[in-house]
Amino acid sequence: MDLKEKLISSFWGLDNGIEVDDYINDMRGDAIKIFEASGFPSKKQEAWKYTSLNTLVKRDYALESPSETSIDFNLVKKYFLHDLDSYAIVFIDGKYSAHLSKTTHDGMDICLLSAALTKPKFKAVIENYFNKAASNDSLASLNTAFASEGAFVHIPKHKAVEKPIQIIHFSTGSNAAMLLQPRNLIIADENAHVQIIERHQSFTNHPVFTNSVTEIFGDKRSVIDYYKVQNDFEEASLIDHTFIKQEKDSNCSVHTFSFGGKLIRNNLNFTQNGEHINSTLKGITIIGNKQHVDHSTMVNHNAPNCESHQDYKGIFGDQATGVFNGRILVDQVAQKTNAFQANNNILLSDNATINTKPQLEIFADDVKCSHGCTIGQLDEDALFYMRSRGIPKKEAQALLTYAFANNVLETVKIPELKQRINKLIANKLGVNIGFHL
Amino acid sequence: MSKYTEDDLREELKTKEYEYGFYTDIESDTIPIGLTEDVVRTISLKKEEPQWMTDWRLEAFRIWKKMEEPDWANVNYDKPDFQAISYYSAPSNKPKYNSIDEVDPELLATFEKLGISLDEQKKLSGVAMDVVVDSVSVATTFKKTLSEKGIIFCSISEAIKEHPQLVKKYLGSVVPRTDNFYAALNSAVFSDGSFCYIPKGVRCPMELSTYFRINQAGTGQFERTLVIADKESYVSYLEGCTAPSRDENQLHAAVVELIALDDAEIKYSTVQNWFPGNAEGKGGVFNFVTKRGICETRAKISWTQVETGSAVTWKYPSCILKGDYSVGEFYSIAVTNNFQQADTGTKMIHLGKHTKSTIISKGISAGKSQNSYRGLVHVSSRADHARNFSQCDSLLMGNECGAHTFPYIEAKNNNAKIEHEATTSKIGEDQIFYCNQRGIDTEKAIALIVNGFSKEVLNKLPMEFAVEAQKLLEISLEGSVG
Repeated sequence: MDLKEKLISSFWGLDNGIEVDDYINDMRGDAIKIFEASGFPSKKQEAWKYTSLNTLVKRDYALESPSETSIDFNLVKKYFLHDLDSYAIVFIDGKYSAHLSKTTHDGMDICLLSAALTKPKFKAVIENYFNKAASNDSLASLNTAFASEGAFVHIPKHKAVEKPIQIIHFSTGSNAAMLLQPRNLIIADENAHVQIIERHQSFTNHPVFTNSVTEIFGDKRSVIDYYKVQNDFEEASLIDHTFIKQEKDSNCSVHTFSFGGKLIRNNLNFTQNGEHINSTLKGITIIGNKQHVDHSTMVNHNAPNCESHQDYKGIFGDQATGVFNGRILVDQVAQKTNAFQANNNILLSDNATINTKPQLEIFADDVKCSHGCTIGQLDEDALFYMRSRGIPKKEAQALLTYAFANNVLETVKIPELKQRINKLIANKLGVNIGFHL
Repeated sequence: MSKYTEDDLREELKTKEYEYGFYTDIESDTIPIGLTEDVVRTISLKKEEPQWMTDWRLEAFRIWKKMEEPDWANVNYDKPDFQAISYYSAPSNKPKYNSIDEVDPELLATFEKLGISLDEQKKLSGVAMDVVVDSVSVATTFKKTLSEKGIIFCSISEAIKEHPQLVKKYLGSVVPRTDNFYAALNSAVFSDGSFCYIPKGVRCPMELSTYFRINQAGTGQFERTLVIADKESYVSYLEGCTAPSRDENQLHAAVVELIALDDAEIKYSTVQNWFPGNAEGKGGVFNFVTKRGICETRAKISWTQVETGSAVTWKYPSCILKGDYSVGEFYSIAVTNNFQQADTGTKMIHLGKHTKSTIISKGISAGKSQNSYRGLVHVSSRADHARNFSQCDSLLMGNECGAHTFPYIEAKNNNAKIEHEATTSKIGEDQIFYCNQRGIDTEKAIALIVNGFSKEVLNKLPMEFAVEAQKLLEISLEGSVG
């Protein structure tokens, strides 16, 4: 039985562990039908031309974790931004871990999706938002069909959350390969401010396949900063879908830092539904070995006077493969749009591959849209300059690489996170330099 | 003169009809519609082709039957019915002319209307013309001068008969029959086209030129062009087309193959002005063309195109940079108006070391047209120090048109340098204002700007062609190009 059949049959025999009403049940039924009809995407589909899921879906995965696993905090401490006071929503093998988490219902809801799906007081919110931004492609639908757990964040009007929220998904994979399907729902009401850090982390070398969906809704004048840290073990694969719907005057940024994992696919989808919206999409990818990172972005400009900024930097060594597929769609009504897209890549080895496809589709005439894309190497002259002044080659390379990626980091608003990323970059580049600039 | 605004221009563009839409009544020898093995055999027979050629065509036909019509391009149109097309049409009174005076006077008048009288061409411009009206080569000039240098410039059917060894060796070597749906179709039924061979070390003294015209109603045109530049040779080849106004859609599926051997250089320029359909988007030519060149060591291929016509254009002149130090260039202006759709671009396949490619693409869309750039830059792992620069600019006129960019970049080599830039904008009000302020009216200002926008590509056209290109731009964007 292949994975698709297994998923479908287990869906019908599934009792998700939580009681949901007919509304959600019907939605799930529809979703599994979409998945059943389209299956896992293949390389024949244009959107998946450069990323093959073949080896991933051939494996057999446990769909449910056996029982609640608890982890000692000291073991996982390093994956938290521990020097930072924050809210935390932690999951182990898809199950909520109360003792590692710090949630609240005090003036805002930072809690669990399972709670939101089952409790009557959230019914209106769920019906308004849940699955309203996600597209119905096959993998997002698969998630919708199975999703029962994840983070639920609802920030009411005029509320600025005083500290960041960390959403961490741990997988112990203690027994066998696992398939996880977390689902996050983030809602920021009018003029609400929120910062979120999301991380997926596995502990063993058992393969973990995560198919995650996050929906983010930014109401008028809201400010949302979302950071994704992807630095997993090399047997872990992640397909991450993020759907963002923005209303008038809102500001939303998503930063993606991809350093680890076997195969990562980031589908980042912005929809602008009002005027004067600002969307920022940034990413740093530093990978080696046989890692594969695919960024697929889509920005829908549906209203006039909006802006979007995309800046993706990639550094690829060994036999790594990088894919960037950026799409900007400017609707006929979206006059005075400013849309920028940049994708810069450095190849460090002969066997690394980059496939990039920055696309513009423009139906309005009074717009400023540009995209740029480069593939190149570190500057030999600059390397020579530094080495002739006593800086070893490796450090010189690291300094140049860091400088190359730095303008993505500039917009990170949490200093602790910035430091952590600096450290991760230093580790990844194999040097011991504190990039405190 | 009253103030001329962009709106006026748009209005004018809407109503501007195809000027060169006329139809010459030449008695044609047309075979019945439909496509079967017998039709392919008939075409081959009519052209008095040797057996190997007939077999080659039949094989292509079998391949074609198994293929499906592609639909990945960013264009919408009613798919042509391939069984409703006549696959062969040749002017029937086909004597062998000894001099230009013997040519059908009606045909000469046609050329005169287009402003390309043979006599004039012969005497003044120094351009040798292999005039193709509906598939069969009718007149060839300057053959003598060329043959003294050992240059072969003739129709492809003549080449099949007289230079079979060259044709056998190179036909289908760059664009194999299995390449794509339209290439397979063309391989099966191509009626005629041009063949050109430049011997080793020869620099072709004049621009070689050929005009294609679709003349007979309901006839698809399947041209086949083969240009071979032997070692250290140089040739500049021009191709231009205008087609009469017709209501039903006409199909044009040409294949062009360029072979540049070591140190050779081929410059291939195209001005395309097939009938684009009227202001309601009715009629117009479907232009599905496969153009590709292969560069051996230190060879260079340069494509320049001005695309103003056709209802649907689907065209990607490509370079395979096989040899070390080879160079590929692509310069393009694509203008779309009314309901025209263009999906055009290039492929640069870097295989050799130190290979270089440049892509400059300018898209101008007006009316309700859609203009797409679709390109691929591929750098293989063997192609050390490959270098590419791409620039795609789009200019939008009016708010009902669209401009799209789909660049594909695949790099598998760590010392490749690839840059891609694209911008989209409209003519800035401040730019027009600046010109107005200095006494330049809006019409001239737009002309200036469009001209400046396209200059980079126009400059690449050979002198003889620049005038023609200007003329065609004028038809497409009347009032905007001075």
